[in-house]
Amino acid sequence: MEIIVCIKQVPESTEVKINPQTKTLVRESVKGIINPFDMYAIEEALRLKEKLGGKVTALSMGPPQAEESLREAISLGVDEAILLSDKSFAGADTLATAYTLAQAIKRISQFDLIICGKQTMDGDTAQVGPSLAEKLGIPHVAYVRKINEVKTDSIILEQMVEEGYRRIKMSLPGLITVVKEINEPRLPSLRGKMRAKSVEILIWGVNDFNIEKEKVGLEGSPTQVIKIFAPQRRKKGEILQGDIDSQVEQLVNKLKESRVI
Amino acid sequence: MNYFLTEEQEMIKNLARKITDEKVIPIRQELDEKEEFPWEVLKVLSQSDLMGLFIPPEYGGFGFGCFEMCLVIEELSRGCGGVAVTFAANALGAYPIFLFGNEEQKKKYLPDVARGKKICAFGLTEAEAGSDAAAIRTSAIKQGNEYILNGTKQWITNGGEADIYTVIALTDKSKGIRGASAFILEKGMDGFSFGKKEKKMGIRCSATRELVFEDCRVPQENLIGREGMGFLIAMKTLDMTRPGIGAQSVGIAQGAFEEALKYSRERKQFGQSISSFQAIQHMLADMATQIEAARALVYAVARFIDSGAKEFSRESAMAKLFASDIAMNVTTNAVQIMGGYGYMRDYPVEKMMRDAKITQIYEGTNQIQRNIIALSLIKEASSWR
Ligand SMILES: Cc1cc2nc3c(=O)[nH]c(=O)nc-3n(C[C@H](O)[C@H](O)[C@H](O)COP(=O)(O)OP(=O)(O)OC[C@H]3O[C@@H](n4cnc5c(N)ncnc54)[C@H](O)[C@@H]3O)c2cc1C
Repeated sequence: MEIIVCIKQVPESTEVKINPQTKTLVRESVKGIINPFDMYAIEEALRLKEKLGGKVTALSMGPPQAEESLREAISLGVDEAILLSDKSFAGADTLATAYTLAQAIKRISQFDLIICGKQTMDGDTAQVGPSLAEKLGIPHVAYVRKINEVKTDSIILEQMVEEGYRRIKMSLPGLITVVKEINEPRLPSLRGKMRAKSVEILIWGVNDFNIEKEKVGLEGSPTQVIKIFAPQRRKKGEILQGDIDSQVEQLVNKLKESRVI
Repeated sequence: MNYFLTEEQEMIKNLARKITDEKVIPIRQELDEKEEFPWEVLKVLSQSDLMGLFIPPEYGGFGFGCFEMCLVIEELSRGCGGVAVTFAANALGAYPIFLFGNEEQKKKYLPDVARGKKICAFGLTEAEAGSDAAAIRTSAIKQGNEYILNGTKQWITNGGEADIYTVIALTDKSKGIRGASAFILEKGMDGFSFGKKEKKMGIRCSATRELVFEDCRVPQENLIGREGMGFLIAMKTLDMTRPGIGAQSVGIAQGAFEEALKYSRERKQFGQSISSFQAIQHMLADMATQIEAARALVYAVARFIDSGAKEFSRESAMAKLFASDIAMNVTTNAVQIMGGYGYMRDYPVEKMMRDAKITQIYEGTNQIQRNIIALSLIKEASSWR
């Protein structure tokens, strides 16, 4: 089974900086980690490979330093890694990202299944997986919590829904996005770490695969972020003192004062 | 301090640290309380390739030495001494095969050990033979192509859980220690069963159990080396693994020290953090200095062994002796710094103190280590004119 896992490097720290002009994250300065949800995608891909044979390729779009995350993926057992990195890819929204990934996957051409994490920790949109499937014209199931069975041309899986789950049969090739309930990601192995140190990570820029330049990066991104801000902390609450009766009385008075009742 | 690790050693250490932080520390208290064997952690260690660290590449391992083993044992011990000894005793059981086994034996057993598919144990001690290992009574009488084993080994780490056992038994009682031989036994052999599982003060997640042999037939192919080599094999194996107990000691001490240091900055008495009291500061300074000295000695000895040294009983004993005494001292002081909180099971240092105690006892008590060191010194002096 040929599996492609899409991973993203996200800033580890919560104190991220934002470029005031582009209103996008400044990624160069902070330590990057593999987006936590993508760790489940990698793990599921590795488990499928261990069971069925085949190959796992990790694909990422990001600045040059995202190569570290791909090396980490290799240390976990991923076979090959490709980084889509080019100045003109920068500032991409979910649409441009999905387009760029889709074009790269068209160049890879061989695949049975694409696995993504359900969303990223920094963007939080959960859109890239599904729109990537649309761009490739393949079926997708988001929020997968379990893979029950894999056949040559289809896969049976469980999709998380609000209360419970849905069992779905999806034809292959297809795409899934996974939730954290699906597995417990492994730690790297020594062999993997040794391989990760020396293995070549393919780096593809705009000229390495079929790209329409106006569809990538900031230029290809119709989403405009007007403002990014941390919501105002709400005022501190007030703790009422005294026995229950007097607390109830105080509470009723306060509600009346503020015209709630 | 910078010990100038190679890139690979750094990698091994970081991997062991990650496993300790993510997979050992969160469960150590529960493992201790339930006296539960750490299978989950062993699974992670196997998947991460660390079980095969010391096994040569031709048998599916990595061919690293005593030093790299020490790095892993130290890191694991920082989290849990019980998990660490489970890992270390696996190597203890496998070393006799690796050091003295023939090609067939190595081919048959080591690849599964390297992959963590099989766990090992080492059986020397008996009820009447502790420090005086030469007093063992378990017998192995040759009959045709087999040896018939009878006797009981006691306090065998990984006993009952392991698949492969290196056992020392007497093939010729009349020759004393020269009549001892080493055998490879497998769990499930007829006449090989497990007795009492011990309830211990510390390292409680590790299994310590009796091995019982009742007319247990062992094929002669399972004899390691030749008849009569058993005692030598046991002693050389222990020379090789004692720095590992030193590393365990350093790790336990480091874990306790870190807890105490952190706590001393948080705990306020008399309106200030207790780390502002000179009495506490000096304890912390002594603890850190002692740990660093122990680590430096353990590392130096391990590197000496890996350099291809032939004779290193003395150095190996020194590493185990010094580091384990330090571990007891440091963990006791960590509890002291943390006062009543340190004595409570809500904090990890009381466990570390309980765990530390064993490092002064097993793989030869510290009195026996001093005997080994002194004997070696006197022997050396006798060659002076
Ligand atoms: C948790 C645990 C795990 C163990 N795991 C293993 C294992 O995997 N395999 C294995 O084979 N064994 C194992 N052992 C056995 C361990 O190696 C012995 O307990 C140890 O060698 C000491 O023997 P003893 O307990 O019989 O003490 P004893 O020999 O009875 O000693 C009692 C006291 O007398 C002192 N003493 C004895 N002789 C002398 C002397 N000549 N000079 C000065 N002082 C002396 C000792 O230092 C000690 O203080 C384990 C023990 C424990 C507790």
